Amino acid sequence: MSTRTIKVENLARVEGEGALFVKIKDRRVTDVRLKIFEPPRFFEAFLRDRKFGEVPDITARICGICPVAYQMSSCHAIEDAFGVIVNEPIRALRRLLYCGEWIESHALHIYLLHAPDFLGYEDAIRMARDHPQDVQRGLRLKKAGNDIVNLLGGREIHPINVRVGGFYKVPAKLEFAALAETLKWAREAALETVRWVASFSFPQVERDYEFVALRHAEEYPFNEGRLVSNKGLDIAVRDYDQHFLEEHVARSNALHSVHKERGAYFTGPQARYSLNFDKLSPLAQEAARSAGLGPVCRNPFQSIIVRGVELVYACDEALRIIENIERPDKPAVKIEPRVATGYACTEAPRGILYHRYRLDEHGVILDAKIVPPTSQNQITIENDLWQIIPASLDLPGDKLQRLCEQAIRNYDPCISCATHFLKLHMERE
Amino acid sequence: MKTGSTNTLIIGVGNLYRSDDGAGPCIASRLREFVPVGVTVLEESGEGAALLEAWQGATAVILVDAAQSGAPPGTIHRIDARRQQVPSRFFHYSSHAFGVGEAIEMARVLHLLPASLLLYGIEGRNFSEGIGLSEEVEQAAAAVLALALDDVRSFVK
Repeated sequence: MSTRTIKVENLARVEGEGALFVKIKDRRVTDVRLKIFEPPRFFEAFLRDRKFGEVPDITARICGICPVAYQMSSCHAIEDAFGVIVNEPIRALRRLLYCGEWIESHALHIYLLHAPDFLGYEDAIRMARDHPQDVQRGLRLKKAGNDIVNLLGGREIHPINVRVGGFYKVPAKLEFAALAETLKWAREAALETVRWVASFSFPQVERDYEFVALRHAEEYPFNEGRLVSNKGLDIAVRDYDQHFLEEHVARSNALHSVHKERGAYFTGPQARYSLNFDKLSPLAQEAARSAGLGPVCRNPFQSIIVRGVELVYACDEALRIIENIERPDKPAVKIEPRVATGYACTEAPRGILYHRYRLDEHGVILDAKIVPPTSQNQITIENDLWQIIPASLDLPGDKLQRLCEQAIRNYDPCISCATHFLKLHMERE
Repeated sequence: MKTGSTNTLIIGVGNLYRSDDGAGPCIASRLREFVPVGVTVLEESGEGAALLEAWQGATAVILVDAAQSGAPPGTIHRIDARRQQVPSRFFHYSSHAFGVGEAIEMARVLHLLPASLLLYGIEGRNFSEGIGLSEEVEQAAAAVLALALDDVRSFVK
């Protein structure tokens, strides 16, 4: 009898703390456990008794790479509670800001975190020695995203210009025009990115996922839409809690999100893409087709191509918004607090980010709930590993561990920090 | 990028809401009052690509971050990044595996390192959720502030 264990130990001092444990007995996978300690639990308590206006700035601190998502979900949820609908120019600027975040986040993940897995490098630094031009392109692409967030958000990390109802200050038209030049280069670089990643080799894995994403009647989703799936889900965001449940799992500090009837689901770029292919711009659709993708993508390893396609879309959409830019009369609409509960989901780079706030008549937070994408994808990641490992049992220990890490990184989880410091323990009996 | 016209840049790295991880931003905000005109002070989360971008065009950079190497809390590490490799485990960046150490080593590979890059790491005690520094880290922060100011003066002479 032989037992083989892949164990990735817990990490300290990280926003997303994670660990992986895999057990193989007699060439059979007997255990797969992904453990994540979710920091938003703390933030939910931290938000109580705070005024609504502080929420976008506090929640932006939850993640260094997707602060805009936290700001957008919190603003929309609070506006939902107070019955506020922002005007079209503010709405467009929010989409533009979100484009910036997607560009930053996807460029970072594709080039610095995920590509090394496909090209057989331990990390991006080693990859850069052999592929300096590709890495430089990735860094410059990320900077293009930073430039958008910097202009609209006030700074590229933890933006400070977002408020409930809109913005504190809206840049001048001229400043947007300068951004357009950068984005034209970025759009070409994004197309090149899709070509580059499409040339990688992909393990042949397909699963019948339940994809869950926002869907909007007219556009590829960022801030608004109904929550839909390919298995019949079609609900308003405010009904999220009726359909999804966060379960305590005894072995982990993390909460596992499940659909109440069907269990595990998949959120993120691949879900968005597969549910909204028809809403992508023609250029993004063409890039996807040229890369060999159909309108639905079920191979989790091809998520890197999907991220590339979304990079193309985000650049394209940002340019479209800038071409039609209208400065709002005032940077923000008026907010009048009332006793209410508000709900919102927006599409963070790595999937749906759900916020719910209960507020009193002064706009003080009584209760908050935040469900980040990584928590929603946990079981799906484990299920992928249950399928991928048995087919790869003949790989030596280090290669099997790398494949597991690569599979986890398909989801760009906020615990990818953890995978960087993986420690592998092989036990054979 | 907000380096302005200066070539000297101070970057405080960390998260103010994670106790001792806030050492970098704390020191950066205090330094802002003391640095000579023209020296830029930034606060960054520690995401590596943003760091690479931040020091583009700067000739001298001082980077201050909390560290977790196993040394006693309050220990000050000073690394001259032009001369020494930076152990990536030293400065964990929270979310995405591309942090201070990685940014410096990536810059070395791509020939994007500033002419001078000094890294101060303060060994933290407590990285849990909360605001405020541990006593040892607070004391070390005062010392690093003085050391960094000396460095700045030597750069801008």
